[in-house]
Amino acid sequence: MNFDKELDAKGLNCPLPILRCKKSLAELNAGQVLKIVATDPGAVKDFQAFAKQTGNELLSSAEAGGVFTFFMQKK
Amino acid sequence: MEQKKLAIIATKGTLDWAYPPFILASTAAALDYQVEIFFTFYGLQLVRKDLAALKVSPLGNPGMPMKMPFGPKWFRGINWNMPNAIQSLVPGYESVATSLMKQTIKNNGVATIPDLREMCQEADVKFVACQMTVELFGFEHSDFIDGLEYGGAATFFEFAGESDICLYI
Repeated sequence: MNFDKELDAKGLNCPLPILRCKKSLAELNAGQVLKIVATDPGAVKDFQAFAKQTGNELLSSAEAGGVFTFFMQKK
Repeated sequence: MEQKKLAIIATKGTLDWAYPPFILASTAAALDYQVEIFFTFYGLQLVRKDLAALKVSPLGNPGMPMKMPFGPKWFRGINWNMPNAIQSLVPGYESVATSLMKQTIKNNGVATIPDLREMCQEADVKFVACQMTVELFGFEHSDFIDGLEYGGAATFFEFAGESDICLYI
């Protein structure tokens, strides 16, 4: 998937992946896509909840070998 | 959609209890909430320039696992619970427990309190310190970080009365 910016949140725990994501999205324009890589298992539900509440769209969410990859499109 | 509001009263002055208000406030701000934290009684410790007073005490806290943040896995798994009577007699017990807790926090990729507090301020979380307890405990305004407002219970209700969520921590 194409993306405009990547955020490495590996090794970070709640609530840091969400806070960093928020900060990174602020640097993007509407419609641009942020790729987030994280290792916090709680991040899966948290990114869904973040998207639902902020109106940014979680395009995809995948896991491979304990690493979670998310693509979030800015509102 | 009107911006949601979260009001928090922070009353605890230990390292472990410093987390809930700052985690919830920073996360709510990231979710576009307007947030205010009212720091009162021991919670004032959370907004001092010097955070050295924030310690964690295993004494009288049976829910706190006492595990070592280093060494092989089997060693880290041991729970070193000690009777309160022994804990209370060992000098420096809280300082040791606090440094072990800080190491555990670091090992787990959990943010430090100074970092979380700064993130709250960057996200425009409003900090209000209780003027009455500032005086009660003999603090000066110069003991506290910049950007604080000082007020009383009525100041808190001005915001809390309009809030969607109100937490007492």
